[in-house]
Amino acid sequence: MAKILVVTSGKGGVGKTTTSAAIGTGLALRGHKTVIVDFDVGLRNLDLIMGCERRVVYDFVNVCNGEATLNQALIKDKRLENLYILAASQTRDKDALSKEGVEKVIKELSEQFEYVVCDSPAGIEKGAHLAMYFADEAIVVTNPEVSSVRDSDRMLGLLASKSKRAEEGLEPIKERLLLTRYDPERVTKGEMLGVEDVEEILAINLLGVIPESQAVLKASNQGVPVILDDQSDAGQAYSDAVDRLLGKEVPHRFLDVQKKGFLQRLFGGRE
Amino acid sequence: MLAITTLELAHNDLDRLDRQLQAKVAQAPAFFENTPLVLALDKLPEAEGTVDLNALMQLCQHHGLRTLAIRASRAEDVSAANALNLPVLPPSGARERLVDPAPVKVVEAEPRPSRIITQPVRGGMQIYAQGCDLIVLAAVSAGAELLADGNIHVYGPLRGRALAGVKGNTQARIFCQQLAAEMLSIAGQYKTAEDLRREPLWGQAVQASLSADVLNIRSL
Repeated sequence: MAKILVVTSGKGGVGKTTTSAAIGTGLALRGHKTVIVDFDVGLRNLDLIMGCERRVVYDFVNVCNGEATLNQALIKDKRLENLYILAASQTRDKDALSKEGVEKVIKELSEQFEYVVCDSPAGIEKGAHLAMYFADEAIVVTNPEVSSVRDSDRMLGLLASKSKRAEEGLEPIKERLLLTRYDPERVTKGEMLGVEDVEEILAINLLGVIPESQAVLKASNQGVPVILDDQSDAGQAYSDAVDRLLGKEVPHRFLDVQKKGFLQRLFGGRE
Repeated sequence: MLAITTLELAHNDLDRLDRQLQAKVAQAPAFFENTPLVLALDKLPEAEGTVDLNALMQLCQHHGLRTLAIRASRAEDVSAANALNLPVLPPSGARERLVDPAPVKVVEAEPRPSRIITQPVRGGMQIYAQGCDLIVLAAVSAGAELLADGNIHVYGPLRGRALAGVKGNTQARIFCQQLAAEMLSIAGQYKTAEDLRREPLWGQAVQASLSADVLNIRSL
């Protein structure tokens, strides 16, 4: 049986799709057969970030409605043997998804894959609800700012009460915090919430801290998951997060301000 | 419902009864016009002797009382009634049996169990402890709402709203380990975070209670 992971946040623009792409790719890199499913029907992005937008023929909604088979809709990643993408429909909206349809697709995916990564849309409405409903584990993506923390808190409440596991009284969804766009320098200046602040408010296990990095924007524009850029701090941080997801103990990095060396101070510039 | 007058005979003196009935009917002549009547002979003392049922009935009819039945226990009265083809009702003792006084149950006021929450109360959640206290053993996030008819205890940071005594119990109190609430309210008297933040006890373990419509916050 596959493990169903949902990447969710409540708030938009915090890095859910970037994280889904990175974590899914990371799992595949470590030899696990993984599929990333885009639940953001109508605002399809995952295919762009994965760089497979030109190969989308059938999508998630087609499979839900029985208009295409799963194998017709699954897009195989060109870089990794174990990685597949199920794109969202761009021409429909969230109401095109039904609980029965999603359940059928998730069940079918579970038979073929080790990990099913569900990329949730923003919000707490139907699309986000269906993305998390069948999940076993949740990665709650949060930016170090109060509004994002509050929305994540709301989403954690929904994970604990409105999921299939909650409704059937099973073991609750395992919740993990992924703090993205973290800038230690601004934290020390008091302009940004620190890791400890966010952890204290949300009171869940910390999966990782992804530093604010120019590599993320570059990677998503190029259609390459940032985790494949192993020279970048964000790529390394995602890599650590995937290891932690698989149960490895890895110390957290990129939490402190990097002291600039003599030459760096002399010539300035970032990174 | 049919109202039937019962005439309980206490003596067997028909002349005296005639006078008594006349006086009674004079008080409300309309009331005693063709009034259905049960003649009760069962309360007649034994010493009064045998009743002339026929004469008694004629006397009653003269005053407007129409005999429907008699109530009797003595054999001679019953046979006299049977001879006149008059129904006989059982004596009143059989029907006026005193009801055993119901054993007074001492109902111990059973305290309603408090509602206990062990999981974090996240933003957007609302928890209402109806008719009892609410105890939360985890953090209460901003945007969450706790309601209780009784007291509210929060053994963790209280960042959301807490409303105790929502049905008007002014004796209700709110206890919390770390005051960071958006709002505290007891029986409708409230303070918002704007006021609470000015409290020197902000961020500390406090209890809130009402005294004369003023919400007081004291250190725990």
